[in-house]
Amino acid sequence: MTDTIKDNVRGFVVENFLFGDAAQAPADAESLIENGIMDSTGVLELVAFIEERFGIAMADSDIVPANLDTLDRIAAFVAARTASAAA
Amino acid sequence: MRMERFLTENARRLGGKTALVAGGRRLTYAELDALSDRLAAGLADAGVGRGDRVLIFMDNCWEAAVSIFAALKAGAAFSPVNPSTKAEKLAYIVGNCRPAAVVTQARLCGVAAQARTLAKAEAMAIVSAAAPGGACPAGAIPLPDLLEADASPPAHGGIDVDLGMLIYTSGSTGRPKGVMMTHRNMDAASESITGLLENREDDVILSVLPLSFNYGLYQLLMSVRLGATLVLEKSFAFPQAIFERMREEGATGFPLVPTMSAMVLQMRDLAPDHVPSLRYITNTAAALPPTHIAQLRELFPRARIYSMYGLTECKRCTCLPPEEIERRPGSVGIAIPNTEVFVVGEDGLPVPRGEVGELVVRGPLVMQGYWGNPEASAQMLRPGFNPWEKVLYTGDLFRADADGFLYFVSRKDDIIKTRGEKVAPKEVEAVLQAHPGIADAVVFGVPDPVLGHAIAAMVVALDPALTEREVVRHCAANLEDFMVPRSIEFRTELPKTDTGKVSRRLAAENVEPAE
Repeated sequence: MTDTIKDNVRGFVVENFLFGDAAQAPADAESLIENGIMDSTGVLELVAFIEERFGIAMADSDIVPANLDTLDRIAAFVAARTASAAA
Repeated sequence: MRMERFLTENARRLGGKTALVAGGRRLTYAELDALSDRLAAGLADAGVGRGDRVLIFMDNCWEAAVSIFAALKAGAAFSPVNPSTKAEKLAYIVGNCRPAAVVTQARLCGVAAQARTLAKAEAMAIVSAAAPGGACPAGAIPLPDLLEADASPPAHGGIDVDLGMLIYTSGSTGRPKGVMMTHRNMDAASESITGLLENREDDVILSVLPLSFNYGLYQLLMSVRLGATLVLEKSFAFPQAIFERMREEGATGFPLVPTMSAMVLQMRDLAPDHVPSLRYITNTAAALPPTHIAQLRELFPRARIYSMYGLTECKRCTCLPPEEIERRPGSVGIAIPNTEVFVVGEDGLPVPRGEVGELVVRGPLVMQGYWGNPEASAQMLRPGFNPWEKVLYTGDLFRADADGFLYFVSRKDDIIKTRGEKVAPKEVEAVLQAHPGIADAVVFGVPDPVLGHAIAAMVVALDPALTEREVVRHCAANLEDFMVPRSIEFRTELPKTDTGKVSRRLAAENVEPAE
């Protein structure tokens, strides 16, 4: 489940932040901000993507590095939210 | 006074006080002073001497702050460079100012090494901070070693009219120009601004602005001058996390640009007065739209909002007194202390209030000129009232209202202001034109609610299969992040004036504005 989510998010990151250049794709635990992959407007795009693709409503307090700064964290956040919605 | 003396004097006076918080590390004034002393000695060993330049090619890490003061203590001038700068542009800067050393970090070391080769600057030392794992890249002098050595900075004999900083800014010709600032210039600018903001020693300034951007850099210089605390963050990508940091640290000052307040505007559930310690907010680059002012007022009811204006060539020149912001929301105010500004016509004489003219700045914070570029310097710096002085022609068109408050109208040239940074269309066009699949390109700004202006390009493709994504990727590989076009439009020909010249203005009028 988490892996499918992660692949999905990686696809979004590569397509939108790296303009399709999969060779530059970040490692799962690599910071998207510190490595210059995602900037501030990128975060807004990522939030819009997560909300639309996974049907999650995000509050300001969700939009923090602990949830969104690496592919691992994004996948874990989305998995936890979708699981709690299903429960 | 030389800028490093503010650090040594405050270290003596306030040794145990926190000077800097960055990336999980807290440095006291005594530590910042001692670390920069050691690095100054290390830089001197690496060949840096009085009158040299040292590039600081780093993000907002604590090592960058240490390096800035270390360069000064070695008798050199520092030059902060945006960490998203690519090798070719860095090579241009290296070739332009021939630095004795570059201080960088592990992930950027490859770019620095490539730039050194491209610029044939083998004598330039590369000093690198360690990677998160602790290793320093091969071929670089490890910064951690220099910070541990027991060494004192050299007696370089420098005084405050020496060059203190070289800061590169976009030039309309497409090549960056190095703005020369002496210690005395920086002393005057930081004195004027801290006086205006009524800054105090107990201030805690939280800054997400890059140290490579002079507005960000001055947060460090001003904080150290005051004996205050600077909390340095790397990005405003997560506003909520930044507001939490501000609350934890008891931030009293928060510098921003309109792009950041546009992001605050998009937040959904931030409670008003979340940061009760906040005393002031500063804004620069462009006036805040009234909707931003209203939102900031609601969220930070105790903070005064200072809307300022300036350019790298004089750091800062005007500020709107906070009590005027509701009455004159579009204004960037009046001259800051110990500075004079005028709106002049083509003849160089002041125009009546209400009429548009070029803004001219006079005062001790005006730059000394552009490094190695007397023609461009003479264009901007022209004879002043007294035989010994030069005044700065900003290239920005302004008008004053009946009370003398100033309003930005437009640039005289085609420079685009995006995210608070200046971008020369020529620089982006040169990168586009270098792509083998592109015959011609024109670059211009389109109004954007978040960025101020977004960079847009019209392209004539040689290769019919060329996609927008490929073009953007090519730009991202060759330009700093903020210079990469947000949209590419393919055309069979570019809009031209009656005389057949490609026109950025016509191109801008020809596209749909961003949503």
